[in-house]
Amino acid sequence: MPTENLLSIKDLVLHFNTQKGPVQAVDGVFFDLGYKEAVVVLGESGCGKSSLAKALLRLLPRNVSKYGGQVYLEGNEIMGMDEEQFRQNIRWVRMSLVPQAAMNSLNPVLKVGDQVAEPMIVHHGVKKEEAYNQAAKMFQHVGVPVDFLDRYAFELSGGMRQRVAIAMALVTAPALVILDEPTSALDVLTQANIFNVLKRLKKELEVSFVLITHDIATSSELADRVAVMYAGQIVEVSDAHRFFSEPLHPYSRMLMASVPRLRANVEPEFITGQPPSLLNPPKGCRFASRCPKRFAKCTEEPPVANVDGIQVKCWLYTS
Amino acid sequence: MKSIRSFFSELTHYPSAFVGLVMIILLFTFSIYTVFALPYNDAISLWRGDENVWYKTPKTAQPAWVNWFLKDDLPETFSFSSADGDGVKTEEYSNETNKIFISFPFEYNSKDFPQEVSIYFTSEFVQKEPFVSVKVITPDGREIKVGSFTVGRTHTYRFSQDQKLQRRLQGNTPEKGIFMLLPSDTEQLTAVPGQYELQIEAVAFEENSTVDAELIIFGKVYGWAGTDHRRRDIGIALMWGAPIALTFGLLTALGTTVTTMIIAAFGTWYGGWVDEVIQRITEVNLVLPFLSILIMVGTFYSKSLWVMLLCVIALSIFGGAIKGFRAVFLQIKEAPYVEAARAYGASNMRIIMQYLVPRIIPLLIPQLVILIPSNVFLEASLTLVGLGDPVLPTWGKLIYDGVRNGALVQGQYYWVLEPAFILLITGLSFAMVGFSMDRIFNPRLRGV
Amino acid sequence: MTTRDVLLSIQDLHVWFELRRFGFGHAGYVKAVDGVTFDLHYGETIAIVGESGCGKTSLMKTILGINKPTRGKVIFDNKDISAFHAEDLRLYRSKIGYVQQDPFGALAPFMNIQRILEEPLIINGIKDPAERERRVRKVMEEVRLSPPDDFLHKYPHMLSGGQQQRVVIARAIILEPQLVVADEPVSMLDASVRVEILKLLRGLQEKYKLAVIYITHDLSTVRYFSERVFVMYAGNVVEKAPVNSIVHNPKHPYTQALMDATSDPDADNALKYRELPAGEPPSLVNPPSGCRFHPRCPQRIENLCDVEEPQDLQADDHLVACWLYK
Repeated sequence: MPTENLLSIKDLVLHFNTQKGPVQAVDGVFFDLGYKEAVVVLGESGCGKSSLAKALLRLLPRNVSKYGGQVYLEGNEIMGMDEEQFRQNIRWVRMSLVPQAAMNSLNPVLKVGDQVAEPMIVHHGVKKEEAYNQAAKMFQHVGVPVDFLDRYAFELSGGMRQRVAIAMALVTAPALVILDEPTSALDVLTQANIFNVLKRLKKELEVSFVLITHDIATSSELADRVAVMYAGQIVEVSDAHRFFSEPLHPYSRMLMASVPRLRANVEPEFITGQPPSLLNPPKGCRFASRCPKRFAKCTEEPPVANVDGIQVKCWLYTS
Repeated sequence: MKSIRSFFSELTHYPSAFVGLVMIILLFTFSIYTVFALPYNDAISLWRGDENVWYKTPKTAQPAWVNWFLKDDLPETFSFSSADGDGVKTEEYSNETNKIFISFPFEYNSKDFPQEVSIYFTSEFVQKEPFVSVKVITPDGREIKVGSFTVGRTHTYRFSQDQKLQRRLQGNTPEKGIFMLLPSDTEQLTAVPGQYELQIEAVAFEENSTVDAELIIFGKVYGWAGTDHRRRDIGIALMWGAPIALTFGLLTALGTTVTTMIIAAFGTWYGGWVDEVIQRITEVNLVLPFLSILIMVGTFYSKSLWVMLLCVIALSIFGGAIKGFRAVFLQIKEAPYVEAARAYGASNMRIIMQYLVPRIIPLLIPQLVILIPSNVFLEASLTLVGLGDPVLPTWGKLIYDGVRNGALVQGQYYWVLEPAFILLITGLSFAMVGFSMDRIFNPRLRGV
Repeated sequence: MTTRDVLLSIQDLHVWFELRRFGFGHAGYVKAVDGVTFDLHYGETIAIVGESGCGKTSLMKTILGINKPTRGKVIFDNKDISAFHAEDLRLYRSKIGYVQQDPFGALAPFMNIQRILEEPLIINGIKDPAERERRVRKVMEEVRLSPPDDFLHKYPHMLSGGQQQRVVIARAIILEPQLVVADEPVSMLDASVRVEILKLLRGLQEKYKLAVIYITHDLSTVRYFSERVFVMYAGNVVEKAPVNSIVHNPKHPYTQALMDATSDPDADNALKYRELPAGEPPSLVNPPSGCRFHPRCPQRIENLCDVEEPQDLQADDHLVACWLYK
């Protein structure tokens, strides 16, 4: 396996059993991510992007019916690891998570400093004092005053709590941090502030990000690469510059066209119809029913085409 | 409608709920059957009846089905009445005397002795009482003279109380002496099964005077439920206990939860002093001694089940549940759809009844179902501390009577265990349904 | 414009909430709305932009008659709403539609769509069920929930977010209001649906000449919707301007900061840091003296901004509460 990529995901699958049948939340996800890079996983609600975060970190609920594929982290295949190996060597050691609404998931009765130091104690077995020093260092990185270590979560503003959650993910110096909607409940200025922090972290620390979000405009703040998810599948993996100027997949194009812009005077367009149910997704291309460019072939499962380094899962780009 | 159907389809995912539901349905069917098969007035007059009503049943007899588990069957109770045409009765009139001969041949087929043997005589005469003499012919051909005496219009002859007979039977009590081989040296006394015959010769001294006799051989088992110390059929109390318990349980559960919920809804919605008053009343009520108050009401006012029911409801309305409902309502009150309702002009009343209350019903129903058995148990417990309804046959009453009369000391376990078991079944069935409903209505409680 | 054209007039409105210590004992006020004045004309759309906690929600709830003003007036159609009694208030509320942020939360989960839409009609005295159903169907066609039969008997959780928000909009306009208050109507929706809902609202606004107050924190959607924009900060309106001039030429330093913080999808964003004012919005219990933005303002004038409260100053076609434009 080549090691120029920090993370390489191939055909990741995660299905859930529900009373109505299996939900194909993640169904053949692939993308690569380099060192000190950020990839944005863009998708609308219900496309399986949060399940992707769970699948990567193996934070699985009990009703999983199918879980498979290959994930290489720093050249090592991690899907084959047993649970204990994964816990000791991967989760929160090499790969950590800022969960959705993380700012509201801090423990209200513990000082935030203790919470940030906790992963150090658990995973690196260091003394409490040393863990605290590391936590203080992380606070500086994310722009929280060090004396906040002794405060409780409710004494902090939303933006500060979000930074604390990020510090908690970074404290063990992982190579990869997964950010699940890190700014969705925050105000514009706070959002912009958090992105400034993330940009600085990417530059200053040896860390890569997987940013999972539905917010296209702010995602461009951090993106080196973009992976677009639709109905449990990746439909396009592209370089950020090319994606934000000229997306290839029809879904990506329509998604981009739907973004209201502050600075350009273009009328946004919406996508008619609704994404298919993940319970029983249609055969062939899952976007076909809403796609203005669909043709006969779209009833078959589209292959992943490579267009100058951009991977597109669409029949339009197969020659 | 649709949601009810989906609820039932959901319920099939929980086998325990299904079993519980079947059991509840059976309980209700049983109750309805009871009410029709044994109307209230009949049941009460039977239950309140003395030995005149229950003269035909043995005392504290075990239920008949214990014989299924015994090697040697216990004797059952049987009776013969000449007035009803059982046995043979002949009359012969001559010389101003009417000679009456009554014979009851019977098959006795237990190795155990009967509990008691009695003959009830009835006679018709104007002045002179008829004279009867009684004897028994045993399978081995012995002829045991039982006694001779005059009978009034009604006369009860109890074998066990005849000292002379006991002496004649070499000191054995009559119900044993008659049915065993004499003299007996074996330590284990057993009855001799076979064809017995009781013969009564009566002489009446007037033309239209006659004598009728009813022989009752009291066994040691009776009916499907057994009898108590007053010879009453426990089955009556077991049957009527069901509708009474269900009514009590349902009414108290409904009465308390629904009123509590509505009070909580009003308090939370209006807030301010309304809420304050409700909260303070609740807090005072919570420290009131529930049982003591009930005992006082029972002692000084009335022990009627319905008075108790009202007291239980009154004392539970401002119970701890109000705090729970309040917490939920405080959340619902802030829901955007309630704000929307205010914005399009819904009145306070409408918001409470149409917007707040329906939201809590999924929480309420399981709670209500689980509350039913605890109220059934409460009724039984009240009876056990002596607050039982003096009239009604209830399960609690059975346990109370049983314990009071030493059923557990004397090995009459059926007397206590039968009502206890049926209480248990009731509690179990409601609990199984209630807890499953809780999981259906509140998906957060489902297994992780 | 003459006064006859004014539908809603907000005059020096203060909405303060009393803070109590241990349930009693005065402990100050949360000055959620602190001196807001504006006029809204018939058929006009305005946007109120601000961050959470700036008082925009309290302002909106006061307009809806849910909060009571502490000081100042809300005049609707030349009538002061604080003088309204129950029946007047109901009538007043029927003239205002309300579109909420969270469409799922805004719909009672135990009512089907028909019942949800009938509720305002029932409350406002339309007794004939056939008439109600006719109006429900009509309004469902308006919001393009068609055919209505597909939706009437569904429950909110069976609909997608966009469809739920259409139901909320349908409910807001079913009483044929003169004013619709839309509180972040699209912020919880997906990008592809967002535009659809905004366009639907705009279509209805144009068709029925509705006055609309569009409350949002997202400047990028403002230009597709409103004629004028009011920017709120810490209980005050700091800038009022027509939408195009505010987008191209924001005057107030806070508006400028909001503009700077708003991203358009552009890969170059990742290459630069954004210039942002330091700190966080002030407490509304003890707001800073003078201009409330002055502790964070990069252009503050010492001994002026921190002392004297700025008045509304005219700068081009903007009204700006900032001493820079004196």
